[in-house]
Amino acid sequence: MNKMLNIALPKGRLGEKVYAMFEKAGFECPSIRENNRKLIFENAEKGIRYFWVKPSDVAIYVERGAADIGVAGKDILLEYEPDIYELLDLNIGKCRMAVAAKNDFYDDPQRTLRVATKFANIAAQHYRAKGRDIDIIHLNGSIELAPILDLSDVIVDIVETGTTLKENDLSVVETVVPISARLIANKASYKFKSEPIDKLVGEIAAQLEA
Amino acid sequence: MMMQDLPLSFRENVINKLRSLYSTSGYSLYKMSKFEEYDLYARNKDFLISDRVITFLDTNGKLMALKPDVTLSIVKNTRDDMSGLQKVYYNENVYRASQDDRSFKEIPQVGLECLGELDDYSICEVLELAAKSLLCISQEGILDVSHLGLLSAVLDAIEVPAGKRETLLNFIGEKNTHEMLALCRSCEIASEKIELLKQVLAANGKPDVVIPKLRSLLDGVISMDALNQLENITAALSDSPAGQVLRIDFSVVDDMRYYNGIVFKGYVPSLPSSILTGGQYDKLMKKMKRKSGAIGFAVYLDMLERMDLVRRSFDVDTVLLYEEGASLPAIRAAAEAIRAKGESVMVQPKAPENIRYRNLMKLRGEEVVILE
Repeated sequence: MNKMLNIALPKGRLGEKVYAMFEKAGFECPSIRENNRKLIFENAEKGIRYFWVKPSDVAIYVERGAADIGVAGKDILLEYEPDIYELLDLNIGKCRMAVAAKNDFYDDPQRTLRVATKFANIAAQHYRAKGRDIDIIHLNGSIELAPILDLSDVIVDIVETGTTLKENDLSVVETVVPISARLIANKASYKFKSEPIDKLVGEIAAQLEA
Repeated sequence: MMMQDLPLSFRENVINKLRSLYSTSGYSLYKMSKFEEYDLYARNKDFLISDRVITFLDTNGKLMALKPDVTLSIVKNTRDDMSGLQKVYYNENVYRASQDDRSFKEIPQVGLECLGELDDYSICEVLELAAKSLLCISQEGILDVSHLGLLSAVLDAIEVPAGKRETLLNFIGEKNTHEMLALCRSCEIASEKIELLKQVLAANGKPDVVIPKLRSLLDGVISMDALNQLENITAALSDSPAGQVLRIDFSVVDDMRYYNGIVFKGYVPSLPSSILTGGQYDKLMKKMKRKSGAIGFAVYLDMLERMDLVRRSFDVDTVLLYEEGASLPAIRAAAEAIRAKGESVMVQPKAPENIRYRNLMKLRGEEVVILE
């Protein structure tokens, strides 16, 4: 096994926050701060390699072993159920997975509930636990449009501030699950690179407690 | 001319080694049909890794399935009312839905089962064979070993409500300590009991280091039977190469409705997920109206092709072209001469598209000329 520790970070603001935590934990890689179009950044001396990937792909890179560890949102982990270890809740990127609907929504139990979502698995599990019959409408974006155009009765989506909902006369009906960024590890990598992974987990946990 | 043996792929080599390992340990080869009545899987859906099964109607109108699992068929077709243990190994394909692309995959598996009145020796033998199987694949393999009897006793002792156990076990399987602790707190489990669970789960590593720690944590809290069994078995292997790959890790949590006792998962450095999985499944035996116990494991061979060190760069060493009207004996002799040098040769009238070759040759009259 490659002895470098391969770390997949989610592109964007969240990834930059995470890198700052890793850097503070002693896992720095100065080249990552250079403004260039490189895809992979290496600190050979420390044995660390970083790469930025689409946030929803981090779990795939880790599950398949292309990355030993990574940071992914709990929403992605619940939706795709990758076979990985979830080692830490980083307590950043906080939001919630929620059911939302038009302000005057009434849930008629005699009708199948039409649910528009990007997160079909999470929605199905949520309503299965309630024994509610639903029809899932899988959308890839602009989920809030669905109840407005009567494509669906409710949506299951990530809610951060709730501003988009409010501006479109929608409101949260219930919270499905709180979401935040999680530090995940490939199961085999954790066996064979446990030393640097445990060190990183320990350092980050200490930062979180401070 | 002597026909040369093709070099075996890594997977073929491993299969040969495993078959030899199991047969020299007294396990007999168990051959079975590719099909099984669907009812067997419908009744034991939770035992399967994926509950999606390829089904079809046979000529009598009976609903059949392409085997998604081997263990269920062996248990169904093996008698357990004979004296002694039934020891079998298999080399079969199973058909499972892939989680990623939702299509079915054919997965070659080698594994073994030991059925009957199990004692510590028979469990130790299977664990050792699992460890040796891993060593056939990589000298750096690691076999994580857990004991569901012990884990279950700990969960009883800290009074985890029955309805929360499955979720808690999922968190334990993910090493997801933060959500495990939150769940325990939400169940109002006493903080010293939560701390005990945390420490038990954090006790990972070599058995001779971890087991004394567990003993000091759990003495007087739970019955020591499971820990004594774990110690008895791992200590018996401690001086052998197989014993060196064992690590205690309670994140190996198979379904407690089927498994009990020792369970394990094997990893090798170049593969991203476990390549070997197994354990004691007395509860499945009971569910299938068998009186005795059983233990076994499977090695997933589909992943081994990623470990082939030699990657093929060409379809064939040489493509030999011939001209229209060339004599058959001349073509045959030219091809034979190339094969005699130990190279593979493909004879074609025209240079083929989509074939990668190292050399392109042409037979002109009696002479072979090199074109590329």
